[in-house]
Amino acid sequence: MNYKALAYDLRKDTLDIIMAGGGGHIGGDMSEMEILVALYLAGGMNVSPKNMDDPDRDRFILSKGHSVEAYYAVLAKAGFLDLEDVKKRFSKFGSPYIGHPNNKLNGIEMNSGSLGHGLPVSVGMALAGKMDERDYRVYVLLGDGELAEGSNWEAFESGAMYKLDNLCAIIDRNHLQISGNTEDVMAHENLKAKVEAFNWNVIDVEDANDLDQVTAALEQAKACKGKPTFIIANTVKGCGSPIMENKASWHHHLPNAEECEQIKKDLESRKEALENA
Amino acid sequence: MPNKIANKKVICEVLSEHARVDKDVVVLCSDSRGSASLTPFFEEFPKQSVEVGIAEQDLVGIAAGLAACGKKSFAVSPASFLSTRSYEQCKIDCAYSDTNVKLIGISGGVSYGALGMSHHSAQDIAAMSAIPNMRVYLPSDRFQTRKLVEALLQDDKCAYVRVGRNAVEDVYTEDDCPFEMDKATLVRDGSDVLLVACGEMVRPAVDAAELLEKDGVSAAVLDMYCVKPLDREAIVRQARKAKAVVSIEEHAPFGGLGSMVAQVVGEECPRTCVTMSLPDAPVITGTSREVFDYYGLNGEGIARRAKEALGK
Repeated sequence: MNYKALAYDLRKDTLDIIMAGGGGHIGGDMSEMEILVALYLAGGMNVSPKNMDDPDRDRFILSKGHSVEAYYAVLAKAGFLDLEDVKKRFSKFGSPYIGHPNNKLNGIEMNSGSLGHGLPVSVGMALAGKMDERDYRVYVLLGDGELAEGSNWEAFESGAMYKLDNLCAIIDRNHLQISGNTEDVMAHENLKAKVEAFNWNVIDVEDANDLDQVTAALEQAKACKGKPTFIIANTVKGCGSPIMENKASWHHHLPNAEECEQIKKDLESRKEALENA
Repeated sequence: MPNKIANKKVICEVLSEHARVDKDVVVLCSDSRGSASLTPFFEEFPKQSVEVGIAEQDLVGIAAGLAACGKKSFAVSPASFLSTRSYEQCKIDCAYSDTNVKLIGISGGVSYGALGMSHHSAQDIAAMSAIPNMRVYLPSDRFQTRKLVEALLQDDKCAYVRVGRNAVEDVYTEDDCPFEMDKATLVRDGSDVLLVACGEMVRPAVDAAELLEKDGVSAAVLDMYCVKPLDREAIVRQARKAKAVVSIEEHAPFGGLGSMVAQVVGEECPRTCVTMSLPDAPVITGTSREVFDYYGLNGEGIARRAKEALGK
């Protein structure tokens, strides 16, 4: 399976979900795609529709819950959800497919949406694994704007204190949030040094829209003992089409018909380039 | 001899008894193990104890993560901080995500007395009751606290429990503490006025009923330890027998027991309703007892308001 090319098919599914629902957080959906593919499809995590009742399964929390459309697309590809049903009902009256993760749906462990919740919860999940001497790992995906929430920094302390080497936090470092550049809204200068100072193992991934680099970082994290890992996954917001790449206005934007057409063409040509690589 | 055992101490005893046979019982504190009387638990069960430091958001988030992986989490922290500092974690990580977290608010109400409004929890009932899937309990004495915590250990839903800091006078006895989960306890029956109280206000309500009896007024006392789910049937059943209903609570005047009782009585069996509570203001400086006496939240004060409600 060419997972790199698949990531572009899943971007198309994501776009379809957003268009069908009449809105979505398209920028962050597109930036996080390779991270989700690495975890759910390319073997990063031990989780599948068959082992959701297994206490030893790996756990995942989408703390940046607004980027749920990409998550639905990946969960559908992994067999947890039915893509056609998602497309038909996303954001519609009475739908279970709401604009943030809903743990009544197969495959979703925790509800999220308000930022700054995922990291403390993941600390609790990892702690439970340590208490019960289980081998599962816990993954949590945060947005970079989200790091301004103080609750994260409480959890950086507790994650280190309890030496949770079964915990891996990943930040989708796309440098943009709704009001603009993260460094203008609330700067995260020296992020690597900051989190290292909390005694976490920090891995800087130069291009986390390159699946190989993400997969390598996840493997590196597994090898680290005695402390949790924080992966700074540098991504491009809106990755997949120049129309939306690196544009804060696409944080939550519904493409018009023309834009949608162009995005699909761009996604297809990138997919073809990866297939022929 | 007055009781010297605080409800929080009973909670520690019950949790310890269960932790001995169930390794999934875990207790979390936010630098609050001493004030929660949980030091013995932390010493006996270090592997089932989690200290998070002074970080209530982290406390509740971690408790929910543990619960999502099969633990029976008891997050114990002063009620003032637990109920509102970590309110969003209670709402999303516990109630909305449906995790088995028992939130134990210690030193609730005005227990901290002279420490002031920052340490008082007079909003917790309103805040917690407004969250779907959150239950709210205020046990009245040590015997009922034991039965409540034992019942909570048997289910896998989240709940908020508020207890006070100090030992309170008993309402029941070890051998006579009727308890049915989510059903109010009728402490005494009466036909003129219904007194509905929760937590530390139940005992003064019983005192008031005794005073009223001497004046020829028959008062029923309903111990509404289960504020949510509120035992509506018990309220209606007792209110129908009486001419007036008086609710008494250690809480702000809005959104607490009084509001809920008035709502039920108004809907089901309209009659005079009086709500007794703390004021909509920072409370006067003093011990719990001094504060209660000042605002008439004692036997004499409740009896007086009951007679006024009856036009006597």
